[in-house]
Amino acid sequence: MIEVRDLHKAFGKVIAVDGATFSARDGEITGLLGPNGAGKTTTLRCLYTLMRPDGGSVVVDGFDAAVDPIAVRRRLGVLPDARGLYKRLTARENIAYFGRLHGLDPATIRTRSDAAIAALDMGDIAERRTEGFSQGQRVKTAIARALIHDPKNVILDEPTNGLDVMATRAMREFLKRLKREGRCVLFSSHIMQEVAALCDRIVIIARGRVVADATPDALRAQTGQSNLEDAFVKLIGSEEGLAA
Amino acid sequence: MNSFVVVFLKEVRENLRDRRTVLNTLLTGPLFAPLLFVLLINTVVTQELEKAEKPLPLPIVGAQYAPNLVAALKQQNVDVQPAPADAERAVREQDADVVLRIGADFGTYWGKGEPAQIEIIYDASQRFASTQAGRLRALLEQYGERTGAMRLLARGLSPNVLKPLSLAERDQSTPQSRASQLFSMLPYFFILGGFIGGMALAIDTTSGERERQSLEPLLANPVPRWQILGGKLGATSAFATTSVLLSVLAFAVVGRFLPAGKTGMTLEIGPLFAAGTMLVMLPLTALLATLQTLVAAFAKSYREAQTYVSLLMFVPAIPTMMLSFAPVKTQTWMYAVPLLSQQVIITRLLRGDFVPASGFAMSIVGSVAALTLAYALATAIYRSERLAISA
Repeated sequence: MIEVRDLHKAFGKVIAVDGATFSARDGEITGLLGPNGAGKTTTLRCLYTLMRPDGGSVVVDGFDAAVDPIAVRRRLGVLPDARGLYKRLTARENIAYFGRLHGLDPATIRTRSDAAIAALDMGDIAERRTEGFSQGQRVKTAIARALIHDPKNVILDEPTNGLDVMATRAMREFLKRLKREGRCVLFSSHIMQEVAALCDRIVIIARGRVVADATPDALRAQTGQSNLEDAFVKLIGSEEGLAA
Repeated sequence: MNSFVVVFLKEVRENLRDRRTVLNTLLTGPLFAPLLFVLLINTVVTQELEKAEKPLPLPIVGAQYAPNLVAALKQQNVDVQPAPADAERAVREQDADVVLRIGADFGTYWGKGEPAQIEIIYDASQRFASTQAGRLRALLEQYGERTGAMRLLARGLSPNVLKPLSLAERDQSTPQSRASQLFSMLPYFFILGGFIGGMALAIDTTSGERERQSLEPLLANPVPRWQILGGKLGATSAFATTSVLLSVLAFAVVGRFLPAGKTGMTLEIGPLFAAGTMLVMLPLTALLATLQTLVAAFAKSYREAQTYVSLLMFVPAIPTMMLSFAPVKTQTWMYAVPLLSQQVIITRLLRGDFVPASGFAMSIVGSVAALTLAYALATAIYRSERLAISA
């Protein structure tokens, strides 16, 4: 369970997040939707405590990020916008490094890695050094290492960015699987169809503010548009930055 | 397992797989500096020795005006050569180190018993010219004194009239201390070894990691940043220390090929020297690794970091330069200043001079204090938000 209340963050004069409030529930997929530059990445960075908000609060499973950031990070699995791997380590070594940083014992790391490698269908690349991996292979490895500690909450920043059709489909299936396992899944996207196809709840963010927070059906009803894309355009007030 | 150890082991393992880094740490860093040093010293010493023993080549202008003088010089191992057309020009163009010019009126003055002028033409800015001119001056003065003594005797006076002082020089330098002037550059070469050894990791673990976009995911782990930084610094220090250790060992081996004996100098390159050097170099190496990391973390990109870290390499040269061009008496406070204390202690060890235990203690305490400060500064930088953001 992730709760964001009245979040503010500015860089100098540029206001990135301007009073965002929303929550993401366990067993649901929540989509953070917005045009480029709307403040999605900054919001997520405040969630996984990479940045300190100027105001407002972030609470994960009852832990306040401002009070106990380590406890918050322990409960989160994060696929950030930056997803670089260590190219001189194999995929499995990359995953194990994060497992050790979470304080897991070698046996647990072994079982969890095996499970993730099977679930993400990456058995053929697990023992290879990650130098020269394709975008899809890199994302798979980054997800496996982000989930090595079996977190209750999963945050993904534009997880399908740069993936081809097949990899995108596999990613969607994987997100649904995380949801079935009862996790709280929060991901950001600027692609309408993707959010519509996956999410139980859509949070639309524009200019650092939450302009809508509802189920896809409720959004359609709220705006009076039968098409989600039209609903989106109406909500953010322009067609700027709307990528298909 | 402690996160510090986890980060440390991962950085060490990852960098051991990088051939260039390993080559720099195990080969270039430790060997380049001592080899260059030995080569340099060898060339200098050998040339000095050869110049001192070989006949002095001397073009003489106007040799015919002073045949007795020229004959006397020839007896003193001077190789008299024909006069160049333009003496000043020959010296400037380095065709001759030194030229002697005797005026046409030499015989007239000599005959009257008045000072007869002769000129030594040389260029003091040339490496060996001063030495050669000095040799020639000594020979001419000897000849002059001898002649003067004979003239006094001929007038019934004792030559001692002209010698109110009986001068005797008692040089207190030991063979080691004479060598140490040449070797005051040595500490810098050790420091340089550590620099080269730690450079790759200092950059790779900071701006390199950020540029490869793996720093943000790393910081999302539930580990305090100072522990992550500690592991990275530990790995960088380990590589730098390995470099220094190999560097000291390499010097202990190639140092035996130094022509120190030829110049009557002896060097104390033994286990004691190696142990003492490592003792004072350890905290300094960690300090330098931290400074390298600090500077690299500041940089916006890998390339920028390389520039900054390379510039940083010149900082340790400052005390070395100061002490080798303007040698000063060792003061107690010097033992407390990082870089300076290593310079002083290593040079003294090499000379076989006594280094008090308090000197070692002050050096270590001073360097560790600076290290703590640098580490605190690096931690502060690591806490900043700007650090993690790659894009």
